[in-house]
Amino acid sequence: MTPSTLTAAPVARDAEGFFLDPEQWTEEMADEIARESGIDELTDRHWLVIRFMRKAYLETGSAPSIRTLGKVSGVAIKELYQLFPKGPAKLAAKIAGIPKPRGCI
Amino acid sequence: MRHRIVILGSGTGGTLTANRLHKAYGDAAEITVIDRDDRHIYQPGLLFVPFGLADPGEIVRPRHAQLHEGIDFRIAEVDRVVTADNTVHLAGGETIEYELLVVATGASLLPEETEGLSGPGWGERIFTFYELQSATALRDALRRFDHGRLVVNMIDMPIKCPVAPLEFCFLADWYLRERGVRQDVELIYATPLDGAFTKPIASERLAGLLEAKRIILETEFATGRVDGESGRLLSWDEREIPFDLLVTIPLHGGAAFIGRSPGLGDELGFVAADKGTLQSKAAPNVFAIGDATNVPTSKAGSVTHFEAETLIENIRRFLDGQELESSFDGHANCFIETGFHKALLIDFNYDIEPLPGKFPEPHLGPLPLLKESRLNHMAKLAFQSIYWHLLLPGRDMPGISPQLQMAGKDTELIANQGASQ
Repeated sequence: MTPSTLTAAPVARDAEGFFLDPEQWTEEMADEIARESGIDELTDRHWLVIRFMRKAYLETGSAPSIRTLGKVSGVAIKELYQLFPKGPAKLAAKIAGIPKPRGCI
Repeated sequence: MRHRIVILGSGTGGTLTANRLHKAYGDAAEITVIDRDDRHIYQPGLLFVPFGLADPGEIVRPRHAQLHEGIDFRIAEVDRVVTADNTVHLAGGETIEYELLVVATGASLLPEETEGLSGPGWGERIFTFYELQSATALRDALRRFDHGRLVVNMIDMPIKCPVAPLEFCFLADWYLRERGVRQDVELIYATPLDGAFTKPIASERLAGLLEAKRIILETEFATGRVDGESGRLLSWDEREIPFDLLVTIPLHGGAAFIGRSPGLGDELGFVAADKGTLQSKAAPNVFAIGDATNVPTSKAGSVTHFEAETLIENIRRFLDGQELESSFDGHANCFIETGFHKALLIDFNYDIEPLPGKFPEPHLGPLPLLKESRLNHMAKLAFQSIYWHLLLPGRDMPGISPQLQMAGKDTELIANQGASQ
């Protein structure tokens, strides 16, 4: 666990920067995490995915996989990779303030 | 009044459940099992077919012959389930009413969901060992294969038996060495995961085995498209892996009728079920078992076997009007064939990842966990007979507990891992 501060508030994040407690997250923090991760500005399309991720996590207790995102978030996988380069499911989870997607068992 | 129980699917979960319920209720329950065909495949045997280690014919038996006398078996295609009316609708229009329904229709392969995968090259340079016909064709292709790039690619989780792609790599290494052509083959395992396997300690040990066998591990490769003509795997983030022979593990989903059944499945077509009780979220008189569920553990025969314990008890409780027990812990127990007549064994559940130790008796074993041994390989081979003669008929397996046992496991490793994170 690495304690750190975002928008000047202390938050608990793991070694890779994923939130341990989604309740500590605020929308303002999302912009800061995005910049840390190399995304200069969050567009409406980013926010669509971020809100979907949080809702899915809070409802089901696990973060959706890239395949689930592509099927039900309203954003196709190709675009997800443009919005959140490299690993969209992981990066979107990090910005959305939820734990790292396990996605795999 | 007799209970009216309908079971969809007659693979490991459906057959085992039907036989145990028939034993428990006898004439007090009318049990109908529905499947689309009468071929029960011993799925762990599929891994061995491409290497000529199992004959396609010897891993298939009639489904009806695995069901106890007195159980009604029907061959039919299910169109949809309407839980609001307690009805199964068959293709062709017939409907069957149930008092209690068990969905055990497994996982289906969906190669068509990946662009190009089932197009040019399929059956020529692209195969999967996850179904019998392609596994058999792969055997013939492997016999001819003596140089070039052999790529094994799992497209995305969830898949049946998540260790099988690694087992395929280990056996391919062995097979090519036996034939004296290993030095002319580049063997690559491409996975969307960030390591060889999903659980950290096992992943590290398995990555070590891959390296020792000179199998190249490509991680975080999310396949977006397959070009069978030029022989290339292309990822969503524009990486590319050329192949001469591709062994793919296609995307999996639940049976198609689940998607047509209001409220029954999740977005991938797996039955949304409670992970402790196995009751469906769609209706209290609907349960699910095995690969068909969306519970967060491996899709594997051992899981199905352990789930059956919880399922049978909860069906009894439900029919008696009692509260269900939340007793399934996600327990999985898998042999990992590593080639050269050796295998590893892993034992884990929802919360505890695979650890070294001994199984099933603490300290005595005789099977070592997370370690290569000949004994594990022998046990894996012996399991086929246990499957047909003990597991499917619903007999008890002495010494094997449905819940994960911590005794005999090296728990210090988890403590150390916690400290290093």
